[in-house]
Amino acid sequence: MAVQTQATLQAVPSAEDEAGQAYFDKIIAEDSRIEPADWMPEKYRKTLVRQMSQHAHSEIIGMQPEANWITRAPSLKRKAILMAKVQDEAGHGLYLYSATETLGTPRDVLNQQLLEGKAKYSSIFNYPANSWADMGAIGWLVDGAAIANQVPLCRASYGPYGRAMVRICKEESFHQRQGFEILLELSNGTPAQKQMAQDAVNRFYAPALMMFGPTDTDSPNSQQSMAWNIKRFSNDELRSRFVGMIQEQVKVLGLTLPDDKIRYNEETGMWEHGELDWDEFHEVLAGRGPCNAQRMERRREAHENGAWVREAAAAYAEKKAQKAQVA
Amino acid sequence: MAKPVETVETPAAEGHGKQTWPLWEVFVRSSRGLSHVHAGSLHAPDAEMAVRNARDLYTRRNEGVSLWVVPASAIVASDPDAKDEFFESPKGKDYRHATYYTKSEGVKHL
Amino acid sequence: MSGESATRITPGNAFRPEDVAAQVAQGLQVGEDVAEYALRLGDDALILAQRLGWWISRAPELEEDIALGNIALDQIGHARSFLTYAGAAWGKSEDDLAYFRGEDGFRSSYLVEQPNGDFGKTIARQLVISVYQHELYSRLVASTDATLAAVAAKALKEVDYHRDHAKQWTLRLGDGTEESNRRITAGLVSVWPYVDQLFQDDELIERLDGVAVRPSELREPFDAYIAAVLAEAGLEVPQVPNAMTDKSRRRHSEHLGYLLAEMQVLAREHPGATW
Repeated sequence: MAVQTQATLQAVPSAEDEAGQAYFDKIIAEDSRIEPADWMPEKYRKTLVRQMSQHAHSEIIGMQPEANWITRAPSLKRKAILMAKVQDEAGHGLYLYSATETLGTPRDVLNQQLLEGKAKYSSIFNYPANSWADMGAIGWLVDGAAIANQVPLCRASYGPYGRAMVRICKEESFHQRQGFEILLELSNGTPAQKQMAQDAVNRFYAPALMMFGPTDTDSPNSQQSMAWNIKRFSNDELRSRFVGMIQEQVKVLGLTLPDDKIRYNEETGMWEHGELDWDEFHEVLAGRGPCNAQRMERRREAHENGAWVREAAAAYAEKKAQKAQVA
Repeated sequence: MAKPVETVETPAAEGHGKQTWPLWEVFVRSSRGLSHVHAGSLHAPDAEMAVRNARDLYTRRNEGVSLWVVPASAIVASDPDAKDEFFESPKGKDYRHATYYTKSEGVKHL
Repeated sequence: MSGESATRITPGNAFRPEDVAAQVAQGLQVGEDVAEYALRLGDDALILAQRLGWWISRAPELEEDIALGNIALDQIGHARSFLTYAGAAWGKSEDDLAYFRGEDGFRSSYLVEQPNGDFGKTIARQLVISVYQHELYSRLVASTDATLAAVAAKALKEVDYHRDHAKQWTLRLGDGTEESNRRITAGLVSVWPYVDQLFQDDELIERLDGVAVRPSELREPFDAYIAAVLAEAGLEVPQVPNAMTDKSRRRHSEHLGYLLAEMQVLAREHPGATW
């Protein structure tokens, strides 16, 4: 009986919800922006929290493979650039957490979800960065794919998300270029350096293409996200556009892509590429990538080792506030 | 018509763990002569650290000459459910805009 | 327009390592003594940056990843300027000096070579080095050597912030919880034996009168500043014996070897390569 009552209750939306839904639909139809205080469908909110926090987690976990090379960067200029880049990623994570918090989920809850393995982050960061050239490949291919994904998100229907993405995209533009430069420098360097660059491109090419997500036929959330103006282009559209760009850029690098199936399809207007190993994608997603355990352990360690510092600062602030009240 | 906390760009439910730092909204003045503009938010244990964190997070690329930080909980916002009523009055009062007055078009220095 | 203004990105202007390199390329002459002095300044900044860079992705809170990253970036900037300048005396680049000197070629102090430890120890080390660097650079701006003075002028503004950062955290850790007080106290005790070396004069300093800042002159203002901060934080100046170090900075702690092994490994695998 109780279950039935609940079902009935759910089936009849309140007048407030109906008005909210109508207003929401109107805003979306006008391609205007939803702001935090607006009524929004629960599923829209959930989708955003999931996508935005995943995005934030990816920035934070994504710091690790590159941070590992800060201490070994082969020139002081490169060391400075890499530090600035990894630091930017922390910043981007923070912009995104801050935008996600406007939806009502505090950052410590989001962080807890990450540490407990309940939240996902981009699979690409579960691959190891074994050589210096990987700093190049990550910048060129991984950041390149991220930018291709992110530029349309600047127009996402949720205001704080779009605004965070505008800021991120502005800052991100240097990331891809510095990666490209690293590879170019290596490619024009000694044979050993060039080999290092080619090897990095070979390893990061397919995982970078998979960053756009499953094929359109296999992407359950995509359609709804596009209807809500969160996503503007499908996974395959973005991936194809990216392949078109990098197949041209790789020539400037004097390197090759490990894919002999790349071709432009005149009929569809799409760039085609070789088959991607989606089994591997799902394996890594399920936590069985080469670095999943390592990345999570490092994040957990930083969080746990920092607990006493966060507590100290909070305690100090409280003492100060109490003193101010007495005075 | 004014509602506290839950109506601004902040989570309704702040975490209350002893390690949880409160949320601050950050405003950046990009150069002299311009207003402070909302840039985003951050967490900090107190005001002194908040303004420093804001400097590190929001002005890494020379974006500002001045910063404000405000506890997110201190912001009072207009009621989102009453946006139509609240902002209805100015609509239709075209005579408040210069463009309403067309007969003087072409007259110089007016 | 106003909506855009909060995210406007401009490079700003400042005296950069590239500007020193440009001066050197134009034939700037640098004497051996001045170069040796610049090495001391540059190596302290470089080793400190190397240590601090480790924290990025490991700090107690994301905001602090960024703060420590900023400080490391500033220090690496100072290091590059000083090393580029020093290298001009021997026809060496900043990277020749950073990557192809052994331990005995470095002129860093024991203090910056100390491992990061926990956040408490890192802050203790930061407090000492930033107060010292602040006193040093605020005098070096008056050096008769125009390049050293210019690098110091840029560095001083940045180190001012580093000192403030260290002070803020010292206050919070000292007067936070029992645990934090215990840890910052332990951190201070652990770095204190190496404080004295920073303030030792030697023959080089004597020869560079007017060019170099006399380290011994910095001790008094250093002690005064530190005493005030520690008192406010409810902490005490550690009473521990000074470690035997080396005023000419040719000898080093055991830690430096490991640090250099990691820092130099890739560059040394590819001698002569550009990156």
